[in-house]
Amino acid sequence: MATATAFDVMALRADFPILGTTVHGRPLVYLDNAATTQKPRVVIDALTDYYTGSNANVHRGVHHLSGKATDLFEGARARIARFIGAGDPKEIIFTRNATEGINLVAQTWGRANLGPGDEVLISAVEHHSNIVPWQMLCAEKGATLRVIPMFDSGELDLEAFARLLSERTRLLAISALSNALGTINPVHDMVRQAHAVGAVVLVDGAQASYHMPVDVRALDCDFFVLTGHKVYGPTGIGVLYGKTALLEAMPPWQGGGDMISAVTFEGSRWNVLPYKFEAGTPHIAGAIGLGVAVDYLTGIGMDRVQAHEADLLAYGTAALAEVPGLRLVGTAPRKASILSFVIDGIHPHDLGTIVDREGVAIRTGHHCAQPVMDRLGIPATARASLAVYNTRSEIDALVAALHAARKVFG
Amino acid sequence: MSELSDLYQEVILDHNKRPRNFRVIDPATARQEGYNPLCGDRLTLYLTVDHGVITDVAFQGSGCAISKASASLMTEIVKGKTVDEARTLFDAFHHMITSPPGSPLPEMGKLAVLSGVRDFPTRVKCAGLAWHTLKAAVSDQPAGPISTE
Repeated sequence: MATATAFDVMALRADFPILGTTVHGRPLVYLDNAATTQKPRVVIDALTDYYTGSNANVHRGVHHLSGKATDLFEGARARIARFIGAGDPKEIIFTRNATEGINLVAQTWGRANLGPGDEVLISAVEHHSNIVPWQMLCAEKGATLRVIPMFDSGELDLEAFARLLSERTRLLAISALSNALGTINPVHDMVRQAHAVGAVVLVDGAQASYHMPVDVRALDCDFFVLTGHKVYGPTGIGVLYGKTALLEAMPPWQGGGDMISAVTFEGSRWNVLPYKFEAGTPHIAGAIGLGVAVDYLTGIGMDRVQAHEADLLAYGTAALAEVPGLRLVGTAPRKASILSFVIDGIHPHDLGTIVDREGVAIRTGHHCAQPVMDRLGIPATARASLAVYNTRSEIDALVAALHAARKVFG
Repeated sequence: MSELSDLYQEVILDHNKRPRNFRVIDPATARQEGYNPLCGDRLTLYLTVDHGVITDVAFQGSGCAISKASASLMTEIVKGKTVDEARTLFDAFHHMITSPPGSPLPEMGKLAVLSGVRDFPTRVKCAGLAWHTLKAAVSDQPAGPISTE
């Protein structure tokens, strides 16, 4: 890894048109990146350019535009394969989002490989999207869902994890990074331990993919999912990575056009990877936009993204500690730039409304991780999640807005 | 900031800090759970209804200032009212918090302090939670926990 050097964040901000706008008459301070990130102009332009000059359906026509659209679409697949370190673009399946990638694995690999007595292992810090598909699968197949517990800090209990692993464990489904608390899970080690008992591993990279470099081959995970809109790409496009051998052995998911090689009324033959899992016309513009987005990130350098965000996390952690009555929720030693917190006497929802009037966008609620909130005995938190374009002065703006909220509530 | 101070008026902050009728009624003639999944607000409403009159009403739960103050104010207002009067108040209150900003407001008495909510569409459900729970509690067809979603 190259040495991380500082970059000009103000110059980078100019790439994002929305960051120059105002909210309630104040400059926008966008700190809800764990929900979705803003888009650089190159991504926005890629969508417009596609519809303006290249729009056609892919893999179908002999005409010029169809070939052009197909080249752009498949080019995006190759860019994404490079971004996450996949060995072959055919291991990249386009989905709507990370959720759809997880559901695809649950409904194809899961249905084909799980039975009564088998166990699926997840963790206490999972997003609902990495809980519910497994609950549905386990209920259908008579399998058991087990949960790796966490400490109050949001760090996983790895001794408990080791005890939970057994020859019954068929799948470990684990997020690389908790969206609610910011905990970075030690997925490298966890993949190795799960493999040792013969389990398959799915890594949910929805949050990790915009905070840190990803290398699925170094990680050696069997499946990896991400969503485009969190890596500065469009909504409605996501990626499932799977190892070739696993994907080849899995039954297809949705039936339709593009996923077949031959159709008769007596039966059909499935297409080769990745098309076997891509029935129907895909989100062509979205895939192209996502390809541009990951190249944009590669252009900055994910190591530099990580270094910048580490600085913001350290600065933000110290700045929030100065706010009277504020308690950080999620204090694991290894964390990404996600600051969840509560303030004595002010409900997070009221905080969210008040700081919004100061132009500061934060998320409030359970962050689609209700079990995390239940585990910590709180109904909700306020969450500031920082991305590559955020600055120390924006954290100062958040702190000032929190003081304004404290003033309202006396 | 004027809309913000309209939303968080002194009366609301006071009811948030010191909610009225914040207790359990046991036994109650009706007990109803209400839940706002968006923000996690939960409340349990207890009613004593005697010959169509709400003779006692109380609530417990956790939530934001708007939902708590709305529940607190509601208990003060509907105590002593008939069930039919409470339903009429629900309709009027619902109209008040969902009418377009700037449009004329109905005469709501004490409940008018919550009219600022209509300038904050994302907070309408907070203000409405207690009232939806009340409506379900006095419904002829008892339901499970109600949700604002």
